[in-house]
Amino acid sequence: MSPTQELVNPHSRRRFLAVGGGSTALAAFLAACGSDSDSSSTGTTAMSSGGGTSETAEFGKGDVGILNYALTLEYLETAFYADVVKSGLFKGADLETIRKFGREEAEHVQALTQAVKSLGGRPAPEPKTEFPLESAKSVLELAATVENLGAAAYLGQAANIESPEVLASALAIHSVEGRHAAALNTLLGKTITPDGAFAKPADVKTVLKSVEPFIVG
Amino acid sequence: MTAKSAEQQTRSEVLAKGALAVGSIYGAMAVGPFVRRALGAMGGSDVDILNFALTLEYLEAKFYAEAKTRAKPKGELKSLVNLLAEDEQQHVEALTATIKQLGGKPVAEPKFDFPYSGTAGFLRLAQTFEDTGVSAYNGAAPMLESKEVLAAAGGIVQVEARHAAAIRLQNGAESAPAAFDTPLDEKQVLKAVEPFLA
Repeated sequence: MSPTQELVNPHSRRRFLAVGGGSTALAAFLAACGSDSDSSSTGTTAMSSGGGTSETAEFGKGDVGILNYALTLEYLETAFYADVVKSGLFKGADLETIRKFGREEAEHVQALTQAVKSLGGRPAPEPKTEFPLESAKSVLELAATVENLGAAAYLGQAANIESPEVLASALAIHSVEGRHAAALNTLLGKTITPDGAFAKPADVKTVLKSVEPFIVG
Repeated sequence: MTAKSAEQQTRSEVLAKGALAVGSIYGAMAVGPFVRRALGAMGGSDVDILNFALTLEYLEAKFYAEAKTRAKPKGELKSLVNLLAEDEQQHVEALTATIKQLGGKPVAEPKFDFPYSGTAGFLRLAQTFEDTGVSAYNGAAPMLESKEVLAAAGGIVQVEARHAAAIRLQNGAESAPAAFDTPLDEKQVLKAVEPFLA
């Protein structure tokens, strides 16, 4: 992490941070949620750091880094759905769903690109991708994996976002990824809520490792 | 999917959908102005925001608990209703515990009245509630001061979105009708929920 990230942003949501009781409340909430705090990407120790996280540093500083990380995942999802449409493995209603989801991911790409630019950052480049498209079933399973991971990736970053505007936008995307994930799980006959009543976040390392096999350059 | 005529909808549904439509004018990244306005208008503490969320979760929990018999769900839908009832109850309990931990007082459960009949009526109302719930959390979450509470609220809203998608599929509707789940502010949400308070 760059030392400049430690600077306190005057427009930060964090300036509202209650000084006392935060960690206790966290423990209670996470306990109530049945969540394992070790699996959370937002450790309590980060609470006093006041700015960003090194997790997405390779994508840029602060919110730009988080947005570029999300942009990379959205590029990947968009390319995936485009390849699936071209594969000819789907027809009818399922094909329409895939087209629709693909269009929505493309809108996320556009929105995130604009957001990075509006923060004065340079949008991450589109990765070259390749996906195994063997059968309708395996493709649906991959789609579900990618969407569940995407939703978890957004959730993992929500609390790291400084700007309330960027946070609101990320949340508006996050829940759509959750909808996609649930729809695909339904198509596969799997539960819509694999984590139970409280969705779990995924950290950057886990997410990038999972998508690595599909990025070829 | 069959389009419903306005005559088939209850007045409450129309009102609730109107509130949602107001939210949908905020496209893509245009939510910025909304957040600034809401931040200015909402002096609410985390406890206030969590109590607001708790009221919505009370509504959903009661709605699904009642629907187990009243909506006459069968087969796949029966399992879904049971799942949703359980999830919403867990949300109620988690929010209640958190409000107490923050030193606040959880709001009392209001009395609700859900005007629907049959499975189809239940599903229409469920879709409205889940979509409203998603937009309510998306609108309120940026106002949270504690990032720990924010992360936990994020874990809830994603589950609400998953519910919304599943209910929409039961309705023969699109699981994710738009690329962005636009936020609603507290006033808009209360307007949507008001018709169901007994």
